[in-house]
Amino acid sequence: MKILVCISKAPDTTSKIAFTEGNSRFDENGVQYIVNPYDEWYALVRALEIKEASSADITIVTVGNASDEAIMRKALAIGADEAVRIDAEPTDAYFVAKAIADFAQEKNFDLILTGKETINYNGSQIGGMVAEALDLPYISIASKLDVAGSSLTLEREIAGGVEVVQVNLPVVVSCAKGMAEQRIPNMRGIMAARTKPLQVIPPKNSDQLTSYVAFANPAAKSGVKLIDPSNMDELVSLLHNEAKVI
Amino acid sequence: MKNIVFIPANSPLTKASFEVVSYARNLGGTVTVLAAGKLPSQDLSVLGTYGADEVIVNRSLVANDDQQITMWLANYCKEANNIVFSHDFNGKAIAPRLSVKLKAGFISGAIALPENDGSIKVNVYSGKAFGFMKCNTTQKIISLLPNSVAPEMSGNACGVTEVEETFGEIKVKVLSVKKPEGSIPLPEAERVVSAGRGLKGPENWGMIEDLANALGAATACSRPVADIGWRPHHEHVGQTGVAIRPNLYIAVGISGAIQHLAGVNGSKVIVVINPDAEAPFFKAADYGVIGDAFEVVPKLIDAVKNFRAN
Repeated sequence: MKILVCISKAPDTTSKIAFTEGNSRFDENGVQYIVNPYDEWYALVRALEIKEASSADITIVTVGNASDEAIMRKALAIGADEAVRIDAEPTDAYFVAKAIADFAQEKNFDLILTGKETINYNGSQIGGMVAEALDLPYISIASKLDVAGSSLTLEREIAGGVEVVQVNLPVVVSCAKGMAEQRIPNMRGIMAARTKPLQVIPPKNSDQLTSYVAFANPAAKSGVKLIDPSNMDELVSLLHNEAKVI
Repeated sequence: MKNIVFIPANSPLTKASFEVVSYARNLGGTVTVLAAGKLPSQDLSVLGTYGADEVIVNRSLVANDDQQITMWLANYCKEANNIVFSHDFNGKAIAPRLSVKLKAGFISGAIALPENDGSIKVNVYSGKAFGFMKCNTTQKIISLLPNSVAPEMSGNACGVTEVEETFGEIKVKVLSVKKPEGSIPLPEAERVVSAGRGLKGPENWGMIEDLANALGAATACSRPVADIGWRPHHEHVGQTGVAIRPNLYIAVGISGAIQHLAGVNGSKVIVVINPDAEAPFFKAADYGVIGDAFEVVPKLIDAVKNFRAN
């Protein structure tokens, strides 16, 4: 089976989120980038489990500049077989999804995995857009994925519950918590990653449909009001009269 | 201006559906709701009271198949200026597909009506920041984060037209549905009671559920609690779990790591109950109780019950 895992870089989950150039750009100063957790912990690790259980060839793809190669080496160290970087600034979801779809079109992947969203843009867009561009079925926000021959059984989130679905390959799946557990690369993986192929290709398209005009941080809380632990009637009264939430 | 709203109509309408209809009404112009499912027409006509001019319901698209729904929507959306979804499991599956099919810009996770410059405020960096997004296309697709913009009543019940249109083979087969009875979907819940490792074990969750029941709230948990299996994964709120923005978020025995805050800092009012006065969560809280959960929570349950009784 040929599996494509779409990965994206994201600021480390403890990063301070600040903006620069008149709040128009993310301030990268001092920010450590990681593989977007949904892409790594769930999509990539599940792909590795499939490979270990039967056999598979795992390609990772990202749209980004040369500095993204650090996170690609990490994904290779965890166990991906080869990496492809589409050399462009990932300006918007449509552009990124089209670039990935154009690349995937020629390669006939059986399974395309993405994280359910990135922790920086939270758009949940790439999987669905890639699926539409390739005219493939799409299982969004899947928390379980089992392979039986050319058929997949998955569990996905629906309103207040979980739906169990079956679909034939090829298919695009966006992966959420529950699908796999985080893995730490070992020294052998890190050494092997250095010699695995990392190909750089140009994007075929340049259309961009959206842009960010500005960013802002939320207003700071004015300070906590402490309530005596023995006086929960006061808390309820504040929630009713002051906060008006009950 | 022509606005189209998509809503799933296989189960009774929820607040999220009223929110998207009301949002589209506030964009100005006409509002046509396209619904897919088996919900009776009289239930759908209620959408008129939130601003819908008409509802068109496709009785053949009951399978919740995003490929088929996208094809159906695309036929109706050619003339639309704005196409609005809820940023829920449905919107996340269909809206990106429609964006590619129509080549229309997609503003995902909107939390407000458009600004004066036409940009729309969205949640980015897992709630640690906002972005203002613009579309470079004349057609816009918008997905609205649940609990962001309160639905407003305007107008009367509207007409419902039933259609039956299918689009070839359904590629995704639904085998079964697991639905916990009567629980409120977390992203839509107006009140959430959440607990963490401070509870010491899964056997102590009874009081969290009691408090949630007394408040009409959903229950949630922190990541470590889901990871060690005390609570199901779908209850995990935080940066890598579910992001929520309820009116009231009560955190019991959760220290408030930055990753947890990222999933809940859109909440309008945050109450933190923790024995450690130095817990970082207090900095993000509106109300704080420094105390032991096993003493404070039963007292709070009694206080809520007293309040409800009067």
